[in-house]
Amino acid sequence: MRQPEKIHPIGLSIRGGSKVYPGTVALKDVDFDLHMGAVNVLVGENGAGKSTMMKVIAGVEQLTSGKLILDGQEVQFRSTEDAARHGIGIVFQELNLFPNMTVAENIFISREKTRLGIDIDMAAQRDMTRALMKRLEHDIDPDILVGDLKVGQQQIVEIAKSLAQDARILILDEPTSALSAAEVEILFRVIDDLRGSGVGIVYISHRLEELIRVGDYITVLRDGVITGAQSMEGVDIPWIVRHMIGQASKDFAKEIHHEYGPEIFRAEQITAPNRHGGFDVQDVSFSLRAGEILGIYGLMGAGRSELLECIIGDRRDYRGDLFVNGQRLTSRTVAGRIAKGIALIPEDRKSDGLIQILSIRENMTLSSLKTLTRGVHLSLKREAETVRDFIHRMTVKVASPEYEVSSLSGGNQQKVVISKALMTQPKILLMDEPSRGIDIGAKAEVFRVMRKLAAEGLGIIFVTSDLEEVMSLSDRIIVMSNGRISGEFTHGTATETALVEASAKGHVPDAPADPEPKDATG
Amino acid sequence: MSDSTIPTSAGQAASGSALLLLLKARTFIALILVLLFFSVFAPNFLSAANLVIMSKHVALNAFLAIGMTFVIVSGGIDLSVGSIVGLCGMVAGWLVLHGINPGFGWSIQFNTFEICLIVVTVGVAIGALNGFLITKLNVAPFIATLGTLYIARGAAMLSSDGRTFPNLGGNPEYGSDTFRWIGTGNILGIPVSIWMLVIVGVAAAYIARRTPLGRYIYAVGGNEKAAGLSGVRVTRIKFFVYMFSGFCAALVGIIIASQLVAAHPATGDTFELNAIAAAVLGGTSMSGGRGRIGGTIIGAFVIGVLSDGLVMMGVSAFWQTVIKGIVIIAAVVIDQAQQRVEARAALQAQAVLGK
Repeated sequence: MRQPEKIHPIGLSIRGGSKVYPGTVALKDVDFDLHMGAVNVLVGENGAGKSTMMKVIAGVEQLTSGKLILDGQEVQFRSTEDAARHGIGIVFQELNLFPNMTVAENIFISREKTRLGIDIDMAAQRDMTRALMKRLEHDIDPDILVGDLKVGQQQIVEIAKSLAQDARILILDEPTSALSAAEVEILFRVIDDLRGSGVGIVYISHRLEELIRVGDYITVLRDGVITGAQSMEGVDIPWIVRHMIGQASKDFAKEIHHEYGPEIFRAEQITAPNRHGGFDVQDVSFSLRAGEILGIYGLMGAGRSELLECIIGDRRDYRGDLFVNGQRLTSRTVAGRIAKGIALIPEDRKSDGLIQILSIRENMTLSSLKTLTRGVHLSLKREAETVRDFIHRMTVKVASPEYEVSSLSGGNQQKVVISKALMTQPKILLMDEPSRGIDIGAKAEVFRVMRKLAAEGLGIIFVTSDLEEVMSLSDRIIVMSNGRISGEFTHGTATETALVEASAKGHVPDAPADPEPKDATG
Repeated sequence: MSDSTIPTSAGQAASGSALLLLLKARTFIALILVLLFFSVFAPNFLSAANLVIMSKHVALNAFLAIGMTFVIVSGGIDLSVGSIVGLCGMVAGWLVLHGINPGFGWSIQFNTFEICLIVVTVGVAIGALNGFLITKLNVAPFIATLGTLYIARGAAMLSSDGRTFPNLGGNPEYGSDTFRWIGTGNILGIPVSIWMLVIVGVAAAYIARRTPLGRYIYAVGGNEKAAGLSGVRVTRIKFFVYMFSGFCAALVGIIIASQLVAAHPATGDTFELNAIAAAVLGGTSMSGGRGRIGGTIIGAFVIGVLSDGLVMMGVSAFWQTVIKGIVIIAAVVIDQAQQRVEARAALQAQAVLGK
């Protein structure tokens, strides 16, 4: 399907583009060509300038100096609407949809089809939405609320929104970070289709295998400078990594060999209902030994995060028993669970892991203030010492622990969340997608920390949808599908094929989000 | 207790940090400016007697604003405080005049301390009701406290059929003759209500800055979900802030009843708005997670000094209202500017580190 010999016309280019923010230079004199009818992949560590460059193309930001050339004409986009008029659509990593509105309303937001400019022509919008969905091979009802869709389907709605504006250039910023394997396949088919019809696609991702699979041209950015740009021929992962971080090794955590301790955690027949009368988690039992890393692999919506929510006590509507060191847990509050030695590093750092407007220090110690308190008096001195110690141990790069945590990069924010969990001196650490949205350097560091903690005798349960991650990090792997355990593997018996097969068991790819009637009880 | 005491970090541009300091200390600067202005233009403004009277006025609003600050920092709002003031005043008046009549032809009478204890319990109980509605029944804070605003006000009216309880002089036989002392007495030449404000203010500032409870209040207001997942007992924290707000309102009810030697059921009408204004003026963010007790108290003083000073200058009450509104809006606009400058400074310092 890739045709490197065919010349793809250049639809848009940047010449000598620089973007300066107060205090930082995000882009330094970059030359970028966007090929039409092809997938132009863009890769680089967090903060390398990928997003800035795309924001310039999509009209969110303007270049400080340099030219933007569209079809041979120099252009300037003052706003996203301006860029959209020129046929440029962008799907941001964080989706910009209105969960309280229907699919059709979302697709035509601010460009509603109207009669006489007043009355919204719902029927026309619905028909056009259906046509778009057909083109994207998705059977999404135009009248369903976007909030009721799965993340993968929401992404499709975003793409449809761009297509509805006749986008000739489509920018996808980490489109697969929240998608399951089946949904990724569908997205790739859509991309293929779009490429065939001459759309120029910019594809940003941290998943390198994906880039190699889907891309026709690659551009690598490092610190605002383009370090490599060529057609995808002959490009492999070491090549990308070399250009991204300037060294040839991809430093995944090396195994530190150690013995496992006794069983420290056991779950027995955990069952949690969902809103639609079915089950998020069904009959899940497993055990964990001290020093063991247990990987839970599965697709989005397989019930992995929900299982962790039950274990940490955020959900109380489940049945089944949990044991720490052989003792049954009686407390059903998060605080009670933390006191028993369980800590969670949530999947969504921004909304569940951190309190953005509080300082780095206040975020770090939030779970363990009790240990810094005598009577009611909180010792700010001891707090500052502990924070300094953890910043050092976790190598968090901070200018001052008093700054708001939102001023940190994704990787450093994740280290703050991990520090917060570790300060409670947990015996069992639950990590939900610990590498989501952080760059490759920070990822390797997080994995190293996990290995080290396991070697120190912590039991770690981590959830991921990244095959390579689960294979290289776990001592043992559980695969979940549709709320149940569909496979269990040791380090020796796990193969990628076996994991993928187990994760697809009983799973209907791209089923409608809400198959059961809402009023069903269960 | 000024809000200008946060240590500024190294690595900031000198001009930026000077601007930041200026912005952070803005409420304090505003207070000084207001004081300077009136001491020039209003005769007798700086006399000791006037300052004491003014402080007594300010104290009432400051109590409510302290309670309100905790509520707003936790991400809520408490509209019921004005009504709690009215109801608690009526409860105090009733107890001083009638005691409790269980219906057997005799009544239980209380001394001043017991009366205060009961009144405070009433205030805290209404706060607990707010907390219950908000946490257990999931009513939005605005609506829940709007409801209790009406309930408490109605109850206050019902207690006397809308009439005033007069002559709350108390009875020496029951030990309630000291009730008047709360509003009119002095210790070391300073009114009792000011001493109470100092105690409550210091306690609240201590809770906010140096106890886990305080930290949890900020955490809940900043991100309730993340706070809960970090082990913060969100429900308890919310109960606390509304109960504390009710406690502060009860104190104000007692002080007013004692000062006037009478309790009127309409007392405290729209006090909640002044309390919110003082908190916002002091830098409390309506979206939660940000605010300081010291700032709030200064904010209450700015509002109080402004209105008393304008009265002394003979400015019409209508103009006073307009000026108060302008001051509040200006405060919020400057607050936005401060947050932008602060965020930029942090990002710059972080950028210097190279991510």
